[in-house]
Amino acid sequence: MSIDKKTVKDVAHLARIELQANELEKLSRQLQDILGFIDQLSTLDIEQVKPASHILPINNVLREDKPHVCLTPDKALENAPSKNGNFFSVPKIIE
Amino acid sequence: MKYETVIGLEVHLQLKTKTKAFCGCAIDFGKIPNSGVCPVCLGFPGALPVYNKEALSSAIKVALAFSCQIQEYTKFDRKNYFYPDLPKNYQISQFDLPLSRNGYLDIFSENKAKRIGITRVHLEEDAGKLIHELNASLVDFNRAGVPLLEVVSEPDLNSPQEAFDYLTGLKNIIEYLDVSDCDMEKGSLRCDANISLRPEGAKELGVKAELKNMNSFKGVKDALVFEVSRQTELFEAGQTMVQETRLWDADKGLTISMRNKEGAKDYRYFPDPDLTVFIIDQPMVSQIKAQLPELPREKMRRFTQDYGLSEYDAKILVSSKKDAQFAEECIQRYPGKDKKNIVNWLIGPLLSEANFRKSNLHELTINRDELISLIGFVEDQSISLLSAKLVLTQMIDSQKPAVVIIKENNMLQISDTVELTQIITAVIQENEKSVSSFRAGKINALMFLVGQVMKKSAGKANPKVVGELIKRRLTDA
Repeated sequence: MSIDKKTVKDVAHLARIELQANELEKLSRQLQDILGFIDQLSTLDIEQVKPASHILPINNVLREDKPHVCLTPDKALENAPSKNGNFFSVPKIIE
Repeated sequence: MKYETVIGLEVHLQLKTKTKAFCGCAIDFGKIPNSGVCPVCLGFPGALPVYNKEALSSAIKVALAFSCQIQEYTKFDRKNYFYPDLPKNYQISQFDLPLSRNGYLDIFSENKAKRIGITRVHLEEDAGKLIHELNASLVDFNRAGVPLLEVVSEPDLNSPQEAFDYLTGLKNIIEYLDVSDCDMEKGSLRCDANISLRPEGAKELGVKAELKNMNSFKGVKDALVFEVSRQTELFEAGQTMVQETRLWDADKGLTISMRNKEGAKDYRYFPDPDLTVFIIDQPMVSQIKAQLPELPREKMRRFTQDYGLSEYDAKILVSSKKDAQFAEECIQRYPGKDKKNIVNWLIGPLLSEANFRKSNLHELTINRDELISLIGFVEDQSISLLSAKLVLTQMIDSQKPAVVIIKENNMLQISDTVELTQIITAVIQENEKSVSSFRAGKINALMFLVGQVMKKSAGKANPKVVGELIKRRLTDA
């Protein structure tokens, strides 16, 4: 798979990252290298291997429906870049 | 040209577990903002989500109630997007291996029974709540991580009314399962609607609009009605539809296009590595199946078979779980095998009392045994049906026993022929015209004369006995 600049731009937008022209160049090359490295996996014969979605052979890990102690609002908001009373505050997102 | 309306509904249900889907934060919507949160539902790095056992079992119940096939192997995926109410920047949801598929819900709409396919029922989590201020948006994460179920219907609905009846039927079943409050106004049930038109007989689906922001079942119906006419106009003007999301404005009664600056959505789903897969085997499904309560359809069948109810009457009674319970208690206490009388009272006078008071049948403050004793007074003709209805109203208002109200109001019916004959004689003398009409063969005249006797006796005369007495008197003479 080859990575062109448009793909990198799209991915950067989805991740909300702003890239300069020189970074775009550099990252396109690096991503191409990474994909090339990973592409080695495609040489393996996986005909007999079932698709996995988790690395550990465990399943059905569940917890009882029992309440734990929550954070206090003060604690929850401690690292918030911006807050207003007990709320997190963010730039207005609708017009 | 004639067009066919095609509608599919996506319903989100909040499960009423004690704690959230992936952490032990207690769910309580009355709480002060950001007091029911923890590192997991705030999406702090390193926090590990673990799914709620109760939520899984509730979800399986819902899937089974819709006759879905429970998938033996299911997993959670991350749905990635940025929005301030989503602290992790992804929602834990299910993508290619949902909990269940291929179910259905039978509805009865516009006098037709119809089976509506359910594509899938899957697990996900709720987002936080946003409050938009003048210069900022405020975020409360108390709701973030509340377990949700998404119930996706097939595009089998062909009118706004069918969509409405589907939602009512769905809510009815969930109410019986007791796993969600299903209150659209409070947000415990939310519904998005996909709607498109196509020329009648066409196989391919038309371009759809996705409708959001409806906050009642009626709102869903109204939005769909509006959309049918909007799309019909576009079709007739020969314009092409664009696939878009539209918001329902209940005050203005129209849908508005949501401008989409983002372009096509790309959620980049991938398996959530923080959560294990789930293997839901047959023993587990059977165990949960055994816990299922009697569902509306089964109850309806039983009511018709065991109590001899008509399908129509049974349907009315099972449309609310608590009303059905109330009705069944009354029916069981009612003496004898023939239950028609008590059933008629339930779906007649009692239901009108409930409607009049804008409450439900089971909320009426009436003792079941007192109700039965009231019906007894009518059956042995101690009081007239008309009086009995008045007694019922007073019983609900005052909670006095039937017999006390009947005595207080001197309502005991006069069936005594001597007493009645006196009144009848007076009425016959006063209404010569009607008497001759009756003799000339006009049955209505008899009704009038009986009415006059009733009036004179202040409603206490037994109309049946009066009718007989007048007939005998006028035909003999």
